[in-house]
Amino acid sequence: MQVTMNVNGEEVSREIEGRLLLVHFLRDHLRLTGTHWGCDTSNCGTCVVWLDGEPVKSCTVLAAMAGGHEVRTVEGMEKDGELDAVQKGFVECHGLQCGFCTPGMMMTARALLDRNPDPSEQEIREAISGQICRCTGYATIVRSIRWAAAEEAGTRTTATEASAS
Amino acid sequence: MQVPAPFEYQRVHSVDEAIALLDRLGDTARLVAGGHSLIPMMKLRLANFEYLIDINELHDQLGYIRVEPGLIRIGAMTRHRELLESDELAAAFPIFRDAERVIADPVVRNRGTLGGSLCQADPSEDLSAVCTTLGASCVVQGLDGERVVPMEDFHQGPYETAVGDAEMLTEVRFPVRPGGSSAYEKVERRAGDWAVVSAGAAVWLDGGSITDARVGLAAVGPNTAGIPGIADVMRGRPPGEELYARAGDIAAEACSPATDRRGSAEYKRHLARELTVRVLRRAVARAGRQEA
Repeated sequence: MQVTMNVNGEEVSREIEGRLLLVHFLRDHLRLTGTHWGCDTSNCGTCVVWLDGEPVKSCTVLAAMAGGHEVRTVEGMEKDGELDAVQKGFVECHGLQCGFCTPGMMMTARALLDRNPDPSEQEIREAISGQICRCTGYATIVRSIRWAAAEEAGTRTTATEASAS
Repeated sequence: MQVPAPFEYQRVHSVDEAIALLDRLGDTARLVAGGHSLIPMMKLRLANFEYLIDINELHDQLGYIRVEPGLIRIGAMTRHRELLESDELAAAFPIFRDAERVIADPVVRNRGTLGGSLCQADPSEDLSAVCTTLGASCVVQGLDGERVVPMEDFHQGPYETAVGDAEMLTEVRFPVRPGGSSAYEKVERRAGDWAVVSAGAAVWLDGGSITDARVGLAAVGPNTAGIPGIADVMRGRPPGEELYARAGDIAAEACSPATDRRGSAEYKRHLARELTVRVLRRAVARAGRQEA
């Protein structure tokens, strides 16, 4: 079957099997390998992308279901060569070690901040609770997201202070 | 890599179109809503269909929470996140927010639907227990119009429902009576997991005594089950710890848990008792606050 969708602002069209999962469509057909493929069971959350503005686990969405809809992946976060505040926060606050969970974490974080620009630590932890990080113990991920919130609110002082809090 | 076996994907834009397609394809076809239970089952070959009919485009028509006098109607395509975030729903039935907070995780809740949850008919499924507790009715549409199936007849065994091959669940209706409140609690092995056991309670009070009480349990039998014996014991009595304990005993006795990887039958029976006590206590406290 033919599927056409908008990925990161660009219309793409491919011939696919009905059973193809969105994560494999993005990685194998479009070569957008920023979206990672992890547990295959909608537990780990590294495959999170946006479908019509909502974070979804792309290992449990058929590519065909995204037909006619808008998909946004981690590749679509930066704008004109400028990293998103969430991406900068992960750089500044050491939000990753191995980097495997990072694309999903950042897509969920971006959606959280769009909805709630000043989330508490508890709200951040709740938002990323469907995602697993085996390196950081989540502390630096939470800090990274707080950094991004402060950056966007114009209240950020320094990265050192953010990580000390 | 886990992928489903090959199938033909079909997308529909109306309930009538879905039913006509189901009528033509029979039991070789299955509707898919959020897909967060069905797709994993298809990956594991626990479910195999020749056709998958995607009804996500019906969210505009069937994604709603309508509060009417004496009745709340929820469309089958209403997603978990919408149920969690609805203040109107939480005001009438706090049990929904209690349950939604412990269903899977926020990203999964962006996709999963009320209708999909009920039609999955998993014995451990939380919204089935909520609907059982609240005495919901399911609106099932077929070629010749709709019929209304009470929750106690909707599930006919694990993973089996009253919905026929050429039918579709379109709406779930909840009767609203004054003076009531509700609560839900689940014990799980890890956050967002299926229940080891969970319990919901709804109570109605009038002038310091209980006029009705309902308890629904998940994961302790072939389907979620209401425990009618509890209403018989509680009606007409003032709420209190002794009464909750009696209700807990009835729940523990009425359920039929099985030993599995989530726990022993004995442990689950203990949970059925304890969770029944806790949710009744919380539902009564909430109803009391409302009266005050």
